Amino acid sequence: MKQLRRFFPLFVMPTLIAFIIAFVVPFIMGIYLSFTEFTTVSDAQFVGLKNYAAVLTGADGFGRSFVFTVLFTIVTVISVNIIAFFLALALTRGLKLTNLFRTVFFLPNLIGGIVLGYIWQLIFNGILQPFSQTLTSNSVYGFMGLVVMTNWQLIGYMMVIYISAINNVPHEQIEAATVDGAGSFMTLKKIILPSVWPSVTICTFLTLTNSFKLFDQNLALTAGAPARKTEMLALNIYNTFYGRMGYEGIGQAKAVIFFVVVAAVALAQLYFTSRGESDG
Amino acid sequence: MKNKLGSSLLTALLSALALVYVAPIIIILLNSFKSRFYISSEPFSLPTADTFAGISNYIRGLSDTGFATAFMWSAFITVLSVGAIVLFTSMTAWFLVRVKNRLTRTIYYAFLFSMIVPFQMVMFTMSKIANILGLDNPLGIVLLYLGFGAGLSVFIFAGFIRSLPVSLEEAATIDGCGPVRTFFSVVMPLLRPTAITVAILQTMWIWNDYLLPYLVIGNDYKTIPIAIQYLKGGYGSIDMGALMAMLVLAVVPVVIFYLLCQKYIIKGVAAGAVKG
Repeated sequence: MKQLRRFFPLFVMPTLIAFIIAFVVPFIMGIYLSFTEFTTVSDAQFVGLKNYAAVLTGADGFGRSFVFTVLFTIVTVISVNIIAFFLALALTRGLKLTNLFRTVFFLPNLIGGIVLGYIWQLIFNGILQPFSQTLTSNSVYGFMGLVVMTNWQLIGYMMVIYISAINNVPHEQIEAATVDGAGSFMTLKKIILPSVWPSVTICTFLTLTNSFKLFDQNLALTAGAPARKTEMLALNIYNTFYGRMGYEGIGQAKAVIFFVVVAAVALAQLYFTSRGESDG
Repeated sequence: MKNKLGSSLLTALLSALALVYVAPIIIILLNSFKSRFYISSEPFSLPTADTFAGISNYIRGLSDTGFATAFMWSAFITVLSVGAIVLFTSMTAWFLVRVKNRLTRTIYYAFLFSMIVPFQMVMFTMSKIANILGLDNPLGIVLLYLGFGAGLSVFIFAGFIRSLPVSLEEAATIDGCGPVRTFFSVVMPLLRPTAITVAILQTMWIWNDYLLPYLVIGNDYKTIPIAIQYLKGGYGSIDMGALMAMLVLAVVPVVIFYLLCQKYIIKGVAAGAVKG
C-alpha cells in the first residue's frame, strides 16, 4: 500500500476540492459573517457580538420559532418512533399481506417535502372546511398538521429500520422465553427491546435531526402562517436572511446558533441513548 | 384459534391504516381531474359530470410550469450528482481507510463533522461562492452536491471498507496491479451493495431537494420542487387544477422508481441506518 500514498491527488482531491468549495469555505465564512453587518458579503463590517445579542433578545421571531420547533420535535420523535416500532412488530409476525403493507407505509418517504406539503394542505383544508376554518386560521391547526404530515412521511422509514432490527433478534431466544412462560409483553421488554436498542438510538437520532431541521414541508404547508406563528427555526432563519434587508448578519448569527443547538442535541442524544445500550 | 383470530384482526387493522396511508395520494389524483373551481370547495367528492375536467388541468399545468423542462433538469442533476458521488467518494473512502496518517484522519473527521451541520448554516455563503465561481448552472451544482453529500457517503463507504480484508488488495499488488487497477478491479466490485445503498440515499435527497437548487440556480433553471413552489407561490389566484395535476406528475415518477427498485431501496435504508 506504500505506492497508494502518491495517488492522493487522484483518489482524494476531487472530493476534497468539492467539499472545500461547498462546505469548508462557506462554513468558515458563515462564522465570520455572523460577527458582521453585510448585504453582499464584500461590504461586511465587523460588529462584534451585536448580531448574537439581537438574536438572543428575540430578533425577528427567533424565540417563538425556537419554542415551536422544540415542541414539534418532541411530539414528532415520540409519536413517529412508537408507531413505527409497533408497526414493525406487527409486520414481523408473518402476516399474509406483510409485503404490501410495508410497501405502502414506506412510500410517502420518497415524496419530496414541497410536494408533501401541498398534498396535505388540500387534505387539512378539506377537513377544516365544514367548521369554516382553514389550516392557517389558527396556529394549533398548523402545528397538528405538521405533526401528522411528518408522521406520515417518517414512520415508514423508521419502520423499515425497526423491522430489520427485529428480524435480527435470535429466534431461539424468543422461543426459549415463550417456553419459559414469558408473555408477549415480557418477551418484548426483556428480549426484543434490549437487542433492538441500537436501532432505537439511530431512529430517534434520525427523527430528531429531521424534525428539528424541517424546512420544505413547513414552507409548503403553512409558510409560517398565521402571522409567522407556525414558522420553524429553519424557515425563520431563511425569512430573516432573504425577507428583510439589513438583517443578513442577524440571519447568519441565527444560523450559527441553530448549528450549535443541532450539534449539541444530536451529540447528547447519541451519548445518552448509547449509554442505554450498554445498560440494557 | 385465539392466535388466528388475532392475526385476522391485526390484518384488518393494518389494511385500514394502509388505506388511510394511500388516501392523500388518491385524493390528489381524483382532484386532478376535477375543474379547478371545485377542488378547494369540495376536495373529498368524486368527479361528477359537472365537475369533471378531463386532462385540461394537466395541459394547463404543463404549459404554465414548464414541467417537462423541470423534469429534465431534475433528472440531469440527480443522475450526474449521484454518479459523481458514488465514484469519487468511494475512491476517497478507500484511500482514507488504507492510508493512515494525520492528514487522512483530519480529512475523515472533517467529513463526519459536515454531517451534523444544517444547510441553513452555509446556504447564504455557499450560494454566493457558487455565484462567484460560476457554479450557478446545472453542471456546477453537481460539484456542490458532491461536496455536500461527501460526508454521509464517505462515512458509509469507509465503514464497509474497514470490514474488507487487506489481503485481497495485497495479492493484487503482488500481481503487479497499481492502486488504480486494484481499486477498480478488486475493491469496486466488492463495494457494489454499498454503492447501491449510497446511490439510493443520495437519489432520495437530491431528487427532492428544494432549497439548494432554488438558491443556486432557481432563477434560470427550475427543478420539479422549484416548479411546483413557483406555481403555488406566484402572484394572483392559485390555479388549483394545475397544482393538483403537477403534484400527480411529481409523485408518479417517484412511485415508478420505488416499485422498480423497492428491494434495493428498503435494503439500502436498513443498511444505511446500521452504518449511519
